[in-house]
This record gives sequence, C-alpha cells and structure tokens, in this order.
Amino acid sequence: MTRARPMPELDDQDARDLARIYVITGGRVGPSGRTTIDLVTLVGAMAAESAGRAPEHRAILRMCRTPLSAAELSAHLRLPFSATAVLIDDLLSAGLVITRAPRTQVLPDPELLQEVLRGLQRL
Amino acid sequence: MGFNGSEPSAPAPTPVPALATALKIAVVGPLGVGKTTLVTSVSEISPLTTEETMTREGARIDVLGHRSTKTTTTVAMDFGRISLGESIVLYLFGTPGQERFWFLWDGLVDGALGAVVLVDVRRLEESFDVLERLERRGSAFIVAANGFPEAPVYPVETLRQALDLPDGVPVLNFDARSRADCRRVLIALTEYLLALSRLPRADQDDQAAREQVRSSQG
Repeated sequence: MTRARPMPELDDQDARDLARIYVITGGRVGPSGRTTIDLVTLVGAMAAESAGRAPEHRAILRMCRTPLSAAELSAHLRLPFSATAVLIDDLLSAGLVITRAPRTQVLPDPELLQEVLRGLQRL
Repeated sequence: MGFNGSEPSAPAPTPVPALATALKIAVVGPLGVGKTTLVTSVSEISPLTTEETMTREGARIDVLGHRSTKTTTTVAMDFGRISLGESIVLYLFGTPGQERFWFLWDGLVDGALGAVVLVDVRRLEESFDVLERLERRGSAFIVAANGFPEAPVYPVETLRQALDLPDGVPVLNFDARSRADCRRVLIALTEYLLALSRLPRADQDDQAAREQVRSSQG
C-alpha cells in the first residue's frame, strides 16, 4: 500500500504557482540548465505579435519592442527567472526575438569601464 | 558602434532593435542593511523584483544544519536600472548574503562587473561569510558601510581591520538614502575595477592567489 504523501510545507499558493509555471513552460524548468539567458541578457522583439503563441510569449514580444533585460521581463510577467528564460529561449529559437548576452569576462576592458565611469559621473 | 551580429539581409517585419551593452552589479548584504534603499536611490525605474524558485531536493535551505523537508523556496531579488548614455545599461541587483541564498549567486555574481558589500557597523559579523565567499571566488568587490542614524561612524581603516579586508579593497561610509552617496559608491567600485583591469595579468593572478591563501587561513 503506497499512499501519496502530501508535499510538506507546500501551501496552496505555492502549489498553484508551481502548477502555473509547469504549464507555461511545459515542465521544462529545472536543473537541465540548457539556457544561456542571463539576468541581464537584453531581449528585443523582431516581430510585433505572433498568433498562436502562449499569452506569456505574446506578452514578451509586446514588452520587448523596447529592449528589456530578462530580469525585467521576469518581474513584469511575475514569473521566476528560470521560467522566463525558457520562454525567451522559445522565442529565440523561433526567430521572434534577438538577444544580447552581457559582458561576462572576469574583468572588462578598461575602455568599457572608463565609459561606465564617465556615465556615472554625469548622473 | 557595431551592436549586434544580426544580419541585415532579410527584411524584418520590425526594425532590428539596437541592443545596448548590459552590465550588472551585485549589491550583497544581510537583511535590512539597505540593499533595496541603495537600488531605489540610484535607479531610473522603480525597483523591480525577480524571483527564483528553488525546488531541488535536498538543497540546503536552512541555517541550523538540519535538513529542511521543504521542497521549494523562493528568493526575491530587487533590482534597478541606470542607463549610461545610449550604449550601456547598468543593472543593480540586491541579493541576500546568507549562505542559504548562495545558489542565487551562480546567476548573479558570476558575470557581474563587481559587487558592493553593504555592512551595518552594529553587526559586522553578519558580513564575514559573504566577504570570505567573494574573496575565495576571486570576485572584485568594495565595502560600503550604511550609516544608520543611530549607529556609530567608524573610520574606514577601523572597518578594514575589523573586517580583515585585503589592502586595496575600497571601504566607504555612506548613506543609502542619498542618491549622491550611492553614486559615489558606484564610482568607487568602477574606479577600483579600472585599477584592477590595468594591472598586468600576472599581478591579477597574484592577487587572486594571495586572497586565496588569506581566506584559507581565515
């Protein structure tokens, strides 16, 4: 007799959130980690709309007419970052968005840092 | 200014958006130290929140060494944006410093320009782990002590000694509510990074090695 054990300390809201994320991403959120989307990967829409896509996909396309970071999309969609990254990956594969990965080297080149410094001094 | 490598050949339905260079800075510190206040002070947008849900089984999500049975935990990071001219966007992420949140750092401190470690002089010990962690990773960081009205103000050299910081790591006193002060902190971080980036490669490695020795002795 195996009895389904209730998930511990998972309240209704948690369960609803997890279910929603599972449905939106087709269950692809997880440690498989094939995404290359960073928190500050910038996303720009290449198409205004795309009929037949999930509402979340269409929402991303609408929001990215002006390029936004993946973190901003996650905040506006109220989805965890990893789920948002999956959706961005979908749109990227479909050619509906372009992305620009952030600088990730340990220390950026002095020219870029100089530009940041000048920008901050002007603030 | 070649922005993106996308081909101009095929006619796109909408113009190809120009994507700036995005950079991120981690603002790390214990709860209530002023991370979100700092972000709010300098951000051009109202701070936003991104969440990460950790559902990995057996993940260490507690403090006392007992493995919690909870299978999901959500961590929120507040962040803001500063556009520097047309071509650079700087994002500031406030992230909790406690060990149980370190899984978040994979996506944040890795690839970040650098980190600002916020400390409250009344509870410096809460920042020891974070500092050690950053040193061990070889991440560039500066330390900023948020001056709460009711807290004493210590000279930065006293703070450096109390926190056992390597020479050269900038330490500042500042007020997270002041936009000018926050700007000063970001400028100090950038100047420090600039100085590091101009060191010959061997010296950069030496410094990482020294910090490694220091933290393993710690």
